Amino acid sequence: MPANQQVAIVGVGASKFNTVTSGLSYKEMMFDAAVKAYADAGLDPRTDIGSFICCAEDFWDGNSITDEYMPDQLGAKLRPLFTVSGDGLLGIAHAYMHILAGVADIVAVESHSKLSDVVSKKEIINLGYDPVFGRLPHVDPRYLAGLEMRRYLEESGNTHEECAEVVVKNRGNALRNERAVYGAKVSTKDVLESEEIASPLTKLEESQPADGSVVVVLASRRRARKISDRPIWISGISWFSDTPNAEEMDFGQARYALHSSIKAYKMARVTNPSKQIDFAEVDDTYSYKELQHIEALGLAKHAGKFVSSGKGDPDGVLPVNVSGGSLGMGYFIEATPLIKVYEAVLQLRGMSGKNQLPNPKRCVVQSWRGIPTQSGVTAILSR
Amino acid sequence: MSERVKFFPGREVSAEAFQSGSVLLTEYSTDLKYSWASGVAISKFLNELKNGKIVGRKCNRCDRILVPPRMFCEECFRLTDSWIYTKDTGTVNTYSIAYVGTDASRLKEPLYIAVINIDGASPGMGFLHLLNEIKSEKEIKVGMKVRAVWKEQSERTGSILDIKYFKPL
Ligand SMILES: [Zn+2]
Repeated sequence: MPANQQVAIVGVGASKFNTVTSGLSYKEMMFDAAVKAYADAGLDPRTDIGSFICCAEDFWDGNSITDEYMPDQLGAKLRPLFTVSGDGLLGIAHAYMHILAGVADIVAVESHSKLSDVVSKKEIINLGYDPVFGRLPHVDPRYLAGLEMRRYLEESGNTHEECAEVVVKNRGNALRNERAVYGAKVSTKDVLESEEIASPLTKLEESQPADGSVVVVLASRRRARKISDRPIWISGISWFSDTPNAEEMDFGQARYALHSSIKAYKMARVTNPSKQIDFAEVDDTYSYKELQHIEALGLAKHAGKFVSSGKGDPDGVLPVNVSGGSLGMGYFIEATPLIKVYEAVLQLRGMSGKNQLPNPKRCVVQSWRGIPTQSGVTAILSR
Repeated sequence: MSERVKFFPGREVSAEAFQSGSVLLTEYSTDLKYSWASGVAISKFLNELKNGKIVGRKCNRCDRILVPPRMFCEECFRLTDSWIYTKDTGTVNTYSIAYVGTDASRLKEPLYIAVINIDGASPGMGFLHLLNEIKSEKEIKVGMKVRAVWKEQSERTGSILDIKYFKPL
């Protein structure tokens, strides 16, 4: 079956990823990513791009009207631009709709993290919680990840050791990715014995903050064929929101990923993901989330065994987070999935360097919006 | 209302209901801290304010001098080319006399707030600042020429307020 080929990625660019980017303002960091993406696409943003979409959350940027500060550094001054208060993959979904609706033939999507500018990280997470029930005083809000992890392991039968294997794999993969800043050789013992944040979750099972910006340029089928000799198609994309109430969350499975992937696979005419998907970039904000997402996306029935037996390794049957994922590359708030898109595009183009997989044709990229949410996006990319 | 929803519960509440506690509120206050990296261009700009100088960036393609400076030209979408020092005089683009404080009180001394186009920068370039040493409000005009009044060098911190205000030239 030929892939759904209506909208394609025709250019990608990224700033240098780092733990702290104190030498550049967020605007300068974004310009760096934008210049590279437009050069990659061979387009002039001042004349060629019909719509600009920024994915940013006001609290993280520290401006209550973030969108007003976005145009200059993206080449979008006096051009159509809006900000999506959602993750970068939701921006790709908007771009897809803009193109199919005829709003624009070419769309640029940007997302960034300048977490090194944010002092009150915990408090911003806390502000996402329900004011009546969720904002417990004097406790780090990551307790919710501990609650979810325990129930998930209980229901799925996966083990804490298997969660630790995710960390070993992803940080190991990151060692071969020149853009990743958290590459390391760690053992499951290191992971399990690192200090507990909210049991059972330990410090090494959490992805660490990083700074960076990514810009992705998308085009309609007609324009993509002219612009690019290696377009990467968005052959399926879908997004779902579950409940915000901890009592009603299905910790045993990531329903947002399950339902969004069913729809995205249908669009992409994928009937057997574990056979038809060549590699996956899934959310791994925490170790157990990767396992939960592998299962929800239908890539394996028992994700713990899948990972611990090496099936998700770069030389396994279905490599998962070969880029290093968030555990290996860092956590970039709303930009996290756009970095996964960037890495997936390089893989599909055969430009991933030491991490390059042999001839991949189709992949799934999936996002989760972080605690305390149960929402996310799934996209199928193919060439 | 509709087939599904025949009525929606609730009624208007009085001030007494709040005061007596029969209507409850969920209260929360927050305190968020940020420390934004100023970046290449604004760091240089703020550092030069300490030296009593205003610096901009020149774009060789559109020939504009950008004040405050930025490392990229938003019109041409390319890197800017060089640092250019401007004068510390300018022209009032527009002004307003602000009479109300943040707590809604009337200010005893109103603030004269102006957008100032800096001499030596391209048209439409400059920054927001205060006017002072004004003899009469009638004296302030759009198009009025003004000059920066600087803090003593030892008091400057690398802030836009290293310029105390602009005064009529
Ligand atoms: Zn220019």
